[in-house]
Amino acid sequence: MYWRYLTRAARRCSVHTTSSRTVGWWDHVAPAAKDPINGVTEAFLADPSPFKINLGVGAYRDDKGRPVVLQCVREAEAKIAGSEFLTKMVEESVKLVYGKDSDVVKEGRSAGVQALSGTGACRLFAEFQRRFHPESHIYFPDPTWSNHHNIWRDAQIPERTYHYYDPDSKSLDFAALMDDIKNAPDSSFFLFHPSAHNPTGVDPTEEQWREISYQFKVKGHFPFFDMAYQGFASGDLDKDAQAIRIFLEDEHLIGCAQSYAKSMGLYGHRVGCLSILCVDSKQAAAIRSQIQQIARAMYGSPPVHGILLVETILSDPNLKSLWIDEVKIMADRIQRKRTTLRQNLEKLGSSLNWEHITNQLGMFCFSGLTPYQVDRLAKEFHIYMTQDGRISMAGVTTGNVNYLANAIHEVTRSEQETAKILCSISV
Amino acid sequence: MASTMLSIASATPSASLSMHEKLKGKVKLGSTTNSTAGFIKTKSFGRVSMVAAVNVSRFEGVTMAPPDPILGVSEAFKADTDEKKLNLGVGAYRTEELQPYVLDVVKKAENLMLERGENKEYLPIEGLAAFNKVTAELLFGADNSVLKEQRVATVQGLSGTGSLRLAAALIERYFPGAKVLISSPTWGNHKNIFNDARVPWSEYRYYDPKTVGLDFEGMIADIKAAPGGSFILLHGCAHNPTGIDPTPEQWEKIADVIQEKNHIPFFDVAYQGFASGSLDNDASSVRLFATRGMELLVAQSYSKNLGLYAERIGAMNVVCSSSDLAARCCEVAVIQVKSQLKRLARPMYSNPPVHGARIVANVVGNPALFDEWKAEMEMMAGRIKNVRQKLFDSLSAKDKSGKDWSFILRQIGMFSFTGLNKAQSDNMTNKWHVYMTKDGRISLAGLSLAKCEYLADAIIDSYHNVS
Repeated sequence: MYWRYLTRAARRCSVHTTSSRTVGWWDHVAPAAKDPINGVTEAFLADPSPFKINLGVGAYRDDKGRPVVLQCVREAEAKIAGSEFLTKMVEESVKLVYGKDSDVVKEGRSAGVQALSGTGACRLFAEFQRRFHPESHIYFPDPTWSNHHNIWRDAQIPERTYHYYDPDSKSLDFAALMDDIKNAPDSSFFLFHPSAHNPTGVDPTEEQWREISYQFKVKGHFPFFDMAYQGFASGDLDKDAQAIRIFLEDEHLIGCAQSYAKSMGLYGHRVGCLSILCVDSKQAAAIRSQIQQIARAMYGSPPVHGILLVETILSDPNLKSLWIDEVKIMADRIQRKRTTLRQNLEKLGSSLNWEHITNQLGMFCFSGLTPYQVDRLAKEFHIYMTQDGRISMAGVTTGNVNYLANAIHEVTRSEQETAKILCSISV
Repeated sequence: MASTMLSIASATPSASLSMHEKLKGKVKLGSTTNSTAGFIKTKSFGRVSMVAAVNVSRFEGVTMAPPDPILGVSEAFKADTDEKKLNLGVGAYRTEELQPYVLDVVKKAENLMLERGENKEYLPIEGLAAFNKVTAELLFGADNSVLKEQRVATVQGLSGTGSLRLAAALIERYFPGAKVLISSPTWGNHKNIFNDARVPWSEYRYYDPKTVGLDFEGMIADIKAAPGGSFILLHGCAHNPTGIDPTPEQWEKIADVIQEKNHIPFFDVAYQGFASGSLDNDASSVRLFATRGMELLVAQSYSKNLGLYAERIGAMNVVCSSSDLAARCCEVAVIQVKSQLKRLARPMYSNPPVHGARIVANVVGNPALFDEWKAEMEMMAGRIKNVRQKLFDSLSAKDKSGKDWSFILRQIGMFSFTGLNKAQSDNMTNKWHVYMTKDGRISLAGLSLAKCEYLADAIIDSYHNVS
């Protein structure tokens, strides 16, 4: 990594005396590479075009392209003004993901702590993993959310990948995934996206999850789930947690990161939860204490405002019910835009296969566009997305879907020509 | 070869059924390598039967972490049923009625925010721009040359702790092997932060138990003895846990030796406004160093002075300097440092929480609210000064031994280092139900005028009758 050569420069710098030194302490600090996701938003903001579209960050937008504060959240804000700090948020969170009637919840066998959204929950787990399994690796699906690599790397856990996305079919490469699970050393740590995989939108089926769970028993692997989109894949909170519930049925003692950023629209409040399932409540207390110690040296304690909002919403039946409805509305809007985008492309006469737009689930569509095509979309059409061709469907509206379809059709013309030629050759 | 990801081929048939075909009718024994697996259940779903090993937890060997020495005090206090109990543990401000205090300006700011109905989108990794601007101005003074010359990289952090951790991570990455020197004693969590960030640390002498004052000679000697290019952690004001601050003249000498040894001063400013009641006065040590053209790291927290403990709002400031300011290399350095701080923050929490940042930006950025805040700040600091005086008066009146308790008046800020040892501190808790940390630190923020006499009795008893 490039900063290693910079550290040699740092040592040289440190021998200069202050009086004659024109070189400062920080001269050797080079600018960091732009974050691939945030960099897209920055480019978008700098663009003056009236037609510009931001399909970069996975933050929900309404049909007018505006950020949304959920009604249940507004009501909760009014309710919590001046209220006491409760501590039910973790309890409610584990019920949400594991099911309120699950054994682990009833027996108090989850070590749960509030965390700084999904990122913070993953980082706490990575640090915990490093502390108690210092020789372990982490297996990521290929591809995965870019920040996963940063998190485990900064926690000093080396990564490996397992096959996941098949670019040819634009769906799950299940056979290769199962091979990787079998070939990994026993007792390896694996990270899964339980639903609405980011960035591909490709999820295993129920049957496939059962087979993965079975193989995990055979190999003694540790499953860690990053649940960032509960409710966003299908619109149904329980359905989106199905993979986790399958693993629970098979009595795996999993780890799970949860985020309320998308499902409650609480992005900026940094509210989430890390839970690790244990054999009994005593072990849960021990693990909880260790995670809290890690958190204490990183940021002390989590920010309270978002926590109050979450626990107010989840413990008030009316607000919770309102929330469930609002999540479904968001998921449905995205689903409709998927359908519209695909239909538009087909109506334009694109000869390419766009089934994946509606097959994939959740906020993102892995379009299959190449970096070159992504650049053209930005430069010529002012449409912004990450280099890997990931489209945040939340940024697609009734107002811009036609423009988007036209633009995609344009930049893929040469693909279509090639495809037509190949097709005619093979006939 | 750049292969196209798009194709007209239809999706290949899923391979998922093949597994079932293989397992149909077979029983496969599970195995794990490193734990005692038992074969317990037979599950069947659909066409497949399997016997699976019961999961023994991968984290079986994880033991209970020791309670945090500071937060553990509050937990013990809560469990105590005695009505005379007194919590002098955590440094959180309490009113005379010993209730938590949400500042009026904070309530007003939150109401403004609620009315505006602002969205909850992600902040940029470096935090709320409006907050970063006002926090640097509050610290350095809006007219300070470091700000005018754009020589400060400011990044919003999760209160003091989070800001310190970002700086620690920056030190670990860019100054590998460099040491941080921390005062003896210092806030307990400093060591945890540097340990977890893998930054080596050592201590410089600070507290002199014989004088219950500053061991200035020891401090200077230890800073001098440290390898050149070390980071010297300094409390900007209201030293925690001792309450003992260097005088302005002593600050000058500390700056001298730091410059001489090419060290980097690293300020932890957790109590700006709480020490003297004046936000500007309490920043004078930091401003002195900045005026001398030194490069600094400064962590800030709004937990105490705005009562925003649980919102986790603070900042990390890196001041860049050079003897050739005209060359403007500092402006470049600032941009680069900021980008690296962001790079460290992204895998920790992605972006910082918005609520506390908006509160601070609204309070400090609104002249009427800012003035109100200053008044509330003076009121809080004033209450603590009154309590100090009353405690001193009570001790002097009740203690017939002639011991000089005036150090209580000289100490500054929320805390007083009583000079009680561990056994004596234990006696305070066990006999008198006074909860404090084992190092003899009491938080005056948790003391009311009404309880000063009781506390004086407890201290006198513990000091004289327990060893």
